[in-house]
Amino acid sequence: MVPSYVPLSYYLLLSGFLFACGVVGFLIKRNIITIFVSIELMLNGVNLSFVAFAAHWHALAGQVFVFFVMVVAAAEAAVGLAIIIAVYRTRETLNVDQVNLLKL
Amino acid sequence: MNFHLVLFLAFGAVCVGGAINLLAQRHPINSALSLIAVMAALAGEYLLLGAEFVAAVQVIVYAGAIMVLFVFVIMLLNAGEEEHTNGSRVAILLGVPGMLTGSVLMAWVMLRHSGTESVPIGALPGHPKDIAQLLFHDFLLPFEVTSVLILIAIMGAVVLASQPESAAGKVD
Amino acid sequence: MPVGIFILVSVIKSLIVLIVLLTAVAYTVWLERKVVGHMQNRWGPTRVGPFGLLQPAADGIKFLFKEDLTPPHVYKPLFLAAPMMALIFALTSISVIPFGNSITIGGLNIPLQITDVNIGLLMILGVTSMGVYGVALAGWSSNNKYSLLGGLRASAQMVSYEIALGLSLVGVLIQSGSFSLREIVDAQGGRFLGFIPRWNIFHGQFLGFFIYLMAAYAETNRIPFDLPEAETELVAGYHTEYSSMKFAMFFMAEYANMITVACVATLLFFGGWHGPLFGPHLLQALLPLFWFAAKIFCFLFLYIWVRGTLPRFRYDQLMAFGWKFLLPLAIANLVATAIAVAW
Repeated sequence: MVPSYVPLSYYLLLSGFLFACGVVGFLIKRNIITIFVSIELMLNGVNLSFVAFAAHWHALAGQVFVFFVMVVAAAEAAVGLAIIIAVYRTRETLNVDQVNLLKL
Repeated sequence: MNFHLVLFLAFGAVCVGGAINLLAQRHPINSALSLIAVMAALAGEYLLLGAEFVAAVQVIVYAGAIMVLFVFVIMLLNAGEEEHTNGSRVAILLGVPGMLTGSVLMAWVMLRHSGTESVPIGALPGHPKDIAQLLFHDFLLPFEVTSVLILIAIMGAVVLASQPESAAGKVD
Repeated sequence: MPVGIFILVSVIKSLIVLIVLLTAVAYTVWLERKVVGHMQNRWGPTRVGPFGLLQPAADGIKFLFKEDLTPPHVYKPLFLAAPMMALIFALTSISVIPFGNSITIGGLNIPLQITDVNIGLLMILGVTSMGVYGVALAGWSSNNKYSLLGGLRASAQMVSYEIALGLSLVGVLIQSGSFSLREIVDAQGGRFLGFIPRWNIFHGQFLGFFIYLMAAYAETNRIPFDLPEAETELVAGYHTEYSSMKFAMFFMAEYANMITVACVATLLFFGGWHGPLFGPHLLQALLPLFWFAAKIFCFLFLYIWVRGTLPRFRYDQLMAFGWKFLLPLAIANLVATAIAVAW
């Protein structure tokens, strides 16, 4: 097959778009689970740019970084979802606007 | 025809559609499923970039484990559709134009200055052996630190989610 | 090879594999009914065709013509998508499984495998880990307490046992040094002492195989780990609200998953298509396929045997078994294999 090319900037644009969508979701969403999902979208956007740069600079370290991001995401999801369950148990709501008191 | 570009655009379209759907949907399970679609498409992009091991791990760890956790919690808490609040309307009014301007600016800068730099298909074979060499040799200390981090996260999750002794009797 | 021929060959291979797989699924159901019947002093299906051999066809026609009910209280988009997701992910994982060495037709060297990717095993793990969504979403979207319980059980169970499953395979990966299923099988050719086959199970991976087998039963939601559909407590679990073809899709997905699991066990622990070769040239070409099919048949029979023998676990026992027994055992097996290989 003929070698074919995609400019690096296309990958970076896609990565930036995903990150921006994550930020928007983080800001406009009121459900705490959807906010967490938006954070994961941001991390995914960053991962894409890591892999694209790894391919661009011929440095595998970029791909290794993605693993570390994934581990942090997994840790964040585990602790975050546990916190969500604990909050839901006491407040019975997932709306972040209604979780505004430090003490019940 | 540029086969690579066609594949990039196809996967990219799924990514963009999934991300927009994530924002548009009101039910958390639909948002979570859109994110899974984005992740699967991103795995395709990684394959295009030659990072096959990263692509596999993306599907196994991200789409197959982390997102299952999200779906599980949504099912467990029986989360319903989210309500609108005043705060969110302000966020839409101020945030969306701001993000749009920022994105357009970023796109313009990138397309202007990155020129014709391009990523050839399979330029960098992300062979599992090379990645293992890096991960377990060059990055050994960060690797061990993250493993400790995830151990702490597991313990934290268990402590947080387990019902307190006193409360367990009171509830029900 | 030119792109056109490549696509043509791929399409033909995919079609053949799909047809063979679906037939195998249908006859695994027949085998299960027959074997369990005999184990329980019954005959199993006998009426349709000789030995009930046409029973799968009759079942298929019945599924097609049953009324396709969609209860009014379900969340429709996901209710419709869930069985398709289950079936698609179950069928996709077969695409990287090699069935034998390559054959040569008209100067073209065609490997007996839809596609040989060098992360084949990881791809199977990834696709099967996505399969949990079909079950979980079916349970959630049915909007029914029994289905929801089934879906919750399925997702927790499959995520828990996936860890033990993955770790049990790492021992084999360390020994063969590759993720490619073809290379893993090639590494198992030859004999020890002239008569014991050099399969991984005889090569220090017996414990790994045991863990894999246990975890695989849980991953495919089979007895003794069929908590997600436990009919005595949850009606039918996640597929309570499904009927007609949508139910048939879950059914086919379950059996296709069994076959995939049996294929992986055969490839990783039992030497794939390796076996004694003899006879004329044509027979020698066909024997590897026969050995592969025979090994898979043994696994499916074992599945059915276990189903006819063991009772169902309680849910806390299932979780304790996975986390407190299988996982430490898998880690011990991994450490022992690593030390042995490093020696």
